[in-house]
Amino acid sequence: MIDFVTRRRRYFLGSALFIICGLIFLAVLGPPLGIDFTGGVVMGLEFNQPITQDMLEVKLSELGHSGAIIQSTGKNSFLVRTGELEEGEKAQITKSFKDLGLASEPSFDYVSDPIAKEKARGAAIAVAIASIGILLYISWAFRKLPNPFRYGTCAVIALVHDVLIVTAFFAIFGRYLNLEINLMFITGILAVIGYSINNTIVVFDRVRENLSKGMRLSFEAVVNNSLVETLGRSLNTSLTTLVVLLAIFFFVGVAIRSFILVLLIGIIAGTYSSLFIASQILVAWEKGELVRLFRRSS
Amino acid sequence: MRRRDKLMLLGILILAAFSLLALTWHPLGKSLDREEFRLGLDLRGGAHLVYEADLSQADNPGEAMKGVINVIERRINAYGVSEPIIQKMGEDRLLVQLPGIKEIEEAKKLIGRTALINFKELKSDGNGDFNFDENGRLIRVKKGEGEYIVIPATAKINGEEKELTSKYFKGNTVVVLNQMTNQPEVAFEWNEEGAKLFTQITERLLHKPLGIFLGDEPISAPTVQAIISERGVITGLDLNRAHWLSSLLNAGRIPVPLRNIEEHDVSPTLGADFIKWGLVAGIVGLSLVILFMMLYYRLPGVIAGCALLIYTAMVLAAFKLIPVTLTLAGIAGFILSIGMAVDANVLIFERMKEEVRTGRTVRAAIEAGFNRAWPAIRDSNVSTFIACGILYWMGSSLATPPVMGFALTLFIGVAISMFTALVVTRTFLRISGITGAAKKLALFIPAAPEASPKGGS
Repeated sequence: MIDFVTRRRRYFLGSALFIICGLIFLAVLGPPLGIDFTGGVVMGLEFNQPITQDMLEVKLSELGHSGAIIQSTGKNSFLVRTGELEEGEKAQITKSFKDLGLASEPSFDYVSDPIAKEKARGAAIAVAIASIGILLYISWAFRKLPNPFRYGTCAVIALVHDVLIVTAFFAIFGRYLNLEINLMFITGILAVIGYSINNTIVVFDRVRENLSKGMRLSFEAVVNNSLVETLGRSLNTSLTTLVVLLAIFFFVGVAIRSFILVLLIGIIAGTYSSLFIASQILVAWEKGELVRLFRRSS
Repeated sequence: MRRRDKLMLLGILILAAFSLLALTWHPLGKSLDREEFRLGLDLRGGAHLVYEADLSQADNPGEAMKGVINVIERRINAYGVSEPIIQKMGEDRLLVQLPGIKEIEEAKKLIGRTALINFKELKSDGNGDFNFDENGRLIRVKKGEGEYIVIPATAKINGEEKELTSKYFKGNTVVVLNQMTNQPEVAFEWNEEGAKLFTQITERLLHKPLGIFLGDEPISAPTVQAIISERGVITGLDLNRAHWLSSLLNAGRIPVPLRNIEEHDVSPTLGADFIKWGLVAGIVGLSLVILFMMLYYRLPGVIAGCALLIYTAMVLAAFKLIPVTLTLAGIAGFILSIGMAVDANVLIFERMKEEVRTGRTVRAAIEAGFNRAWPAIRDSNVSTFIACGILYWMGSSLATPPVMGFALTLFIGVAISMFTALVVTRTFLRISGITGAAKKLALFIPAAPEASPKGGS
């Protein structure tokens, strides 16, 4: 039978490495933030004739926006990102692009600085509330067990783990894959949080049930059995959800690819954390290993 | 078949039929006033604008905001935008959504401006004229020693300098046909302050041009022939534009200055693409999932497949009837909820498998499977509801429709999935349990071999 619990240190290490990598990228390159959180303007351009990025750069420099960031999103389509535009500048810029041969009106997204700050704050609050709400809910759901707070905390740790994995992925690959952290990213994170908790609860629910049967087994063995018993369900649910998400990812265009990627990675991370992290922390806690870890380092 | 099951089956069939009808049969949609799906801006194209009002000078901020909303509503009506949304946000902010509008720039200029018509004069040392290029745009002219610069026409009232704009018009502009030129004109009257300003300005600019601008766009620059105080005309517009301008001017003036702090414009062509591909993605995803369920769970999987089809019809009908405004993220939320709808079924089937292994009959396994799986289903979906609730709150307080759309569709999807798992799947399973198929255990056990856990069941 599969052993999920004995080699737990390996799983912790694996996750920690990836997350630390991501944090380093964050610190050095900075997070790839969208205009939702930085403010500024993004224009989406579709041209009906061959245009290169250089041509756009030239035009933008002429208009005093040499610092604009240009991204290619397909054949002759681009995203141009600048800071706030003065009145009339938008018309100027649109006209000079029209001279190059625009196929249709450009899409235009503008967020002013104060609004960007509000969105950032709102997003942070939302994630914090979600985590606290879930901590309380799980602690309540498992109130009849000894140490109910442990279950809640381990679930939240798994959740934080998932968020960090997704963020690390975006920090490392974000610039290369044209991904960005914006409000839809946060939406995806919250959806992943809801989903990840699903998985964790099902496992913990089984642990609770097995514990109440009163068999003479170590806590470690009970947890392992619970994981094995729920394995079928965990894998199947994740698999079906991933299949569905991949369908969206491949068929729907660039606009929400970033968002779907958050969901994809988040669900993979969530499945991994339900199987290899959450319950294992529970076991480590029970065995006093965490205390030893802190004591050794102090 | 037990009576209860018969009633349930009937109920399910009625619901399914109703959902399908609501989706496809027009007369039903018409009678409920729900003929089409309601589409958000990113699918339909249009503009999403957020304005912040400067209420520092206003005596009564509440009244001022009401005034702003009132005037903007009427100005938007002059554009003929269908289903615009104008909503106050907080103390001093305004959300304006204009679905399907094509002339976004023009609309913005007119919606946000306190005064629509500005009067400008040439600041110069010598004589000169307003010069317009072939596109009607004003160009700066360098002539002789002086450069001509356009400045707002101002005059003094009680020693205070004020700009001459349409805020001093009386709200009774009319379109008249000039007998001599046979051209339409917008005739306006000045109010008391306007009359004072206009007298001074026409006096100063006698025999010189006075520029009349709509926002930044010049309409005409007639030469002042005489000192006028009470009324005037605006020429240079064709009949349609003249009527349109007149109705805009009569809608009133916005009492406080507005600043555009957020804007998102989407073109309709992009939106149509999204819809098409969203549909394809949904169908592909659903088909793959149903296929998988059938292959892995066998007979229960087929049942789950039917339940999923009924589920899809019910959710889409719910979206149409409530109605839910569909955004791209909302469609993604719905497709995600398909995956989560499967979850409830999987929980039940896994339990059933275990029960059958301990030797129960199929019928007993079905009941036990449901009873044991229900707490897990309930608990795990509640966390999704919590996340949806928080998302909806975040989306509405930050005026981001896609986030709200996603939260709503996910919530409805998961809620209905709980219902279909509980009622539809269970009823179908029960019914199958009393047919001959129940004798063949193999039909109910998943295909792949499983390692049996030691030390407990």
